[in-house]
Amino acid sequence: MFRNQYDTDVTTWSPQGRLFQVEYAMEAVKQGSAAIGLRSKTHVVLASVNKAQSELSSHQKKIFKVDHHIGVAIAGLTADGRVLSRYMRSECINYSYTYESPLPVGRLVVQLADKAQVCTQRSWKRPYGVGLLVAGLDESGAHLYYNCPSGNYFEYQAFAIGSRSQAAKTYMERRFEGFGVGEEFHILDNETVQGLIDAFEIVGEETPAPEEAAPAADEPAAADQGAPADEGAAPMDI
Amino acid sequence: MSVSLSDASIYRFLWVYPALQESVERMKPVGKHSLGASGEISDFQEILRYLDELILYDNMWDDGNSLGPKEVHNYLTRVMYNRRNKFNPLWNSLVLGGVKNGQKYLGMVSMIGVHFEDNHVATGFGNHLARPILRDEWHENLSFEDGVKLLEKCMRVLLYRDRSAVNKLQIAKITEEGVTISQPYALKTFWNFAAFQNPTVGAEGSWKVTITGDSLSLPPSPTMGDSSSTVIDYGNRLDI
Repeated sequence: MFRNQYDTDVTTWSPQGRLFQVEYAMEAVKQGSAAIGLRSKTHVVLASVNKAQSELSSHQKKIFKVDHHIGVAIAGLTADGRVLSRYMRSECINYSYTYESPLPVGRLVVQLADKAQVCTQRSWKRPYGVGLLVAGLDESGAHLYYNCPSGNYFEYQAFAIGSRSQAAKTYMERRFEGFGVGEEFHILDNETVQGLIDAFEIVGEETPAPEEAAPAADEPAAADQGAPADEGAAPMDI
Repeated sequence: MSVSLSDASIYRFLWVYPALQESVERMKPVGKHSLGASGEISDFQEILRYLDELILYDNMWDDGNSLGPKEVHNYLTRVMYNRRNKFNPLWNSLVLGGVKNGQKYLGMVSMIGVHFEDNHVATGFGNHLARPILRDEWHENLSFEDGVKLLEKCMRVLLYRDRSAVNKLQIAKITEEGVTISQPYALKTFWNFAAFQNPTVGAEGSWKVTITGDSLSLPPSPTMGDSSSTVIDYGNRLDI
């Protein structure tokens, strides 16, 4: 993506009908370290690659518990992600307080998406620079959603965001038909996870510390992988 | 007053006070649930408007999720308690019944926000007169007919003891499919006890005295079934 005369403001359209600031925000998501999610009929799993700033610092926290039945993994500007997680927690707890009942995930993601959309239509704001994989359980089963800075949201069986997420997506695409078919859910212990990481390790790559190994696949409607040419469709228009 | 019964359904009674009009319906369907109220009817009508909006927005999501009776009950509790905190209560006792995913739910909220859930609830005098009966005679496997009989029994007690009550009532039957509320109907009552005939005979300061033979005598103490004396009403005569 190259600089052009329509990309200064989020409130300026390009002649092709694109909002470049929003697309740049989605680039920020692609630059963040990976986050992956995948679901079965009864469970959803999130995994993230947690980088550390330096040898002395702690690893970045990228997975947040939003309520007893909802969790979120982020990629991109983690500060924006933290703020949005706080918003989600607040919405969930207010709903629980009024209705003594968990907020359905589908309704939470819509509220989140509407909040993100506002930032694409105000000259004094900027879009959130974070992509969120929202995982939760409600009346109608287990769900995994992806919320992007454009204000769009999609539901997925499995998805990956952040840098080098395409490899994860391809891996999952090949396998997703076998997901969650009567399989028991069990939490992996650290040794198993480390073993899986070692098996996948490519020589010469850095090895960050993930929470759980999670191969993933996704549906064709991926919002942001593959940088479009200037003449092509804007990523959020699919 | 309400009772929850065995086959995943809830049956409810409504007590109707018609003071100024034919009948006042104190029980209304709310989505798939049913809400009954005692107290200020105007406040009840206002609550129905709040709930109408709540159910409308819930339906507008159109997403496979829906507010169940527990959620509506808690919403009402919040509303009632918050109004009480502002010293501006909605003057009602509310009973909410509903069934969701086979789970029966029967809850009550008072005007100060006291709320609970139970197998049988009542408002006002019902708490004192009806619930003891229900505690003894309610059981998990009541059928619809037995439930109605039980509620009618409680209602009859209330009818006899509450001076401003009338014998009209309605039953709401709530199942997983929804609510049906019957038309108001009347309970049979018996008022022909002898003590209720000319009840003021012999009372201090009353105009009614009894006569036996040709002479006036002090009336005997009132007894049931005493029909041997004639009663003369001296109501408006001033020369006695």
